[in-house]
Amino acid sequence: MSTTTQPVGAPPSPAPPSAAPARASSQGGRRRRGGPGGRALGLGVVGLWLSLMVLLPLAALTVRSFDDGLSGFWAAVTAPAALAALEVTLGVSVVVALVNAVMGTLVAWVLVRDEFPGQRVVNALIDLPFALPTIVASIVLLSLYGPNSPIGVHLNATRWGLGVALAFVTLPFVVRSVQPVLIELDREVEEAAASLGASNTTIFRRVVLPSLAPAVISGTGLAFARAVGEYGSVVLIGGNIPRETQVVSQYIQQQIEIDSPAAAAAVSVALLSVSFLTLFVLRVWATLSQRREASTA
Amino acid sequence: MITVTDARKTYGDFVALDDVSLEIPAGSLTALLGPSGSGKSTLLRSIAGLEDLDGGNVRIDGEDVTHQPPQHRGIGFVFQHYAAFKHMTVRDNVAFGLTIRRRPKAEVARKVDDLLEIVGLDGFQHRYPAQLSGGQRQRMALARALAVDPQVLLLDEPFGALDAKVRADLRRWLRRLHDEVHVTTVLVTHDQEEALDVADRIAVLNKGRIEQVGDPVSLYERPENDFVMSFLGAVSRLGDRLVRPHDIVLERDHATAASRQAAEGAVGPLVAARVDRVVRLGFEVRIELTADDGERFVAQVTRAEAERRRYTAGEDVVAWALRSEEPVGAGPVA
Ligand SMILES: Nc1ncnc2c1ncn2[C@@H]1O[C@H](COP(=O)(O)OP(=O)(O)O)[C@@H](O)[C@H]1O
Ligand SMILES: [Mg+2]
Repeated sequence: MSTTTQPVGAPPSPAPPSAAPARASSQGGRRRRGGPGGRALGLGVVGLWLSLMVLLPLAALTVRSFDDGLSGFWAAVTAPAALAALEVTLGVSVVVALVNAVMGTLVAWVLVRDEFPGQRVVNALIDLPFALPTIVASIVLLSLYGPNSPIGVHLNATRWGLGVALAFVTLPFVVRSVQPVLIELDREVEEAAASLGASNTTIFRRVVLPSLAPAVISGTGLAFARAVGEYGSVVLIGGNIPRETQVVSQYIQQQIEIDSPAAAAAVSVALLSVSFLTLFVLRVWATLSQRREASTA
Repeated sequence: MITVTDARKTYGDFVALDDVSLEIPAGSLTALLGPSGSGKSTLLRSIAGLEDLDGGNVRIDGEDVTHQPPQHRGIGFVFQHYAAFKHMTVRDNVAFGLTIRRRPKAEVARKVDDLLEIVGLDGFQHRYPAQLSGGQRQRMALARALAVDPQVLLLDEPFGALDAKVRADLRRWLRRLHDEVHVTTVLVTHDQEEALDVADRIAVLNKGRIEQVGDPVSLYERPENDFVMSFLGAVSRLGDRLVRPHDIVLERDHATAASRQAAEGAVGPLVAARVDRVVRLGFEVRIELTADDGERFVAQVTRAEAERRRYTAGEDVVAWALRSEEPVGAGPVA
């Protein structure tokens, strides 16, 4: 067949763009229902809670970090050992987060799209790293990959060891953020792409991935944040070798032990700033890629 | 032309397609009509390759595509809920099939612009699907399917998610589009009015089987069984027959009824009944009656006829039907 260029009569008149879609107006209705009083109360409670739980400790920490003045702060943060710990931590965390982005998406895909015996059990296992005390994880990893490794793999006191520990504790983040999106994904969209001639890889790359992107990005961000702040799981297997495998949390612990809390606070603030910036950028990115889909005229 | 031969599809013990054979002529607009769950979507999706058959085969333009994936069947598919690529603009949605084939940019742009004009979405190129109304989204989906020059266009309840007014507009528009583009089209619907309005051939499905295939007029006028009769339009039971309400004639007495029936060459029972209610519905008038055996039925007459006869509630009449050749439950009408 061939398509002609003549328009076929007058198509049914399109709804004027100003006519708000039903979804938007129902949202409006929902927003109104709270009433001004309830809304102010809600905002107040949330504001107070966040202040007590997050802002106040952070402010105290920041104040603390400047106990020795601006120059003291700067000296603490730029101390060679501090910089090395920051570098190790951020470097390994970035790699672990990226590995998570790929593997977490893959795991979520298999759990949602494939059927295999023991699927429910595997699905439940994903959450275990959340439930396990991280020090236990460290012991387990040490006995697996430590000096007496039963499988002959020695990762003790290496960055590989760090990476494995961090990958273990951050496993659930991407899986659990991608899974629900994948479940909700409209299979007909993929079928439409197939009917248009798209191969399975093209369908995944051009149709599925863009829909998963916000979830992958935010899961990866959470995994990164968790990796950056991790302590328990790396304590034993990491080895705590300065400039090699010492992570920031261990460096901070060390500063406290040698009675230099201001330096500990200063390095913490530096780490927090990096994490916050990363999370903020990822959040903006995820929101932007989401907004296009949800946007209404 | 699409040829389906002995198509069989089961889900466990449930038979969704029970050895269905169907020929869809090239260039036709064929409707698959049947109640919900009758297997229409399963049949359509089997033609598309979105469903694997357990038996039988599908040919498109002579080529056996039974074991071909949907990518290689030369089809365009339109889903009830649009299946839009939400993260792409209208232009990119329509261009999708062409860009993945790496057609030259200029050719893609020209083709997409042409199609958007055809479906009346000129000027909406840069919108996202969320910024379109349901009818516009479905027209976008249609343009997207047509962009790859499919041999056959398959539509699964394409207007089912739209409100009545838009639905009626769009199906007439689809009819005009088909008259211009002539692509072999199969439309799934459970709405007999839609099928009668838009299709030039209708296949009626019921419980995974095809009950009857034909053009709209012959299906409506000469249904082969009670199911097709009741599914394609309103029916009233008159004595032992199913008849169309507008074929029922009401007379004041038995003698007049008998002589008029004989004059018209009609056969069938003469049923004594009492008028319960007369309802004026614009051009037509619906008369609700109870036969003397207690059976309630409805007759439909024109307004002029009603004015002339002045039917009133409580009046006794004798009903007969212009067309009621075979008793209920008998075989096909010759
Ligand atoms: N994946 C499936 N698993 C089990 N039963 C199914 C599946 N798909 C369809 N069916 C059944 O097959 C029958 C026909 O379905 P379908 O072709 O979608 O009907 P229609 O489109 O005519 O409403 C229905 O009874 C439905 O429940
Ligand atoms: Mg269906």
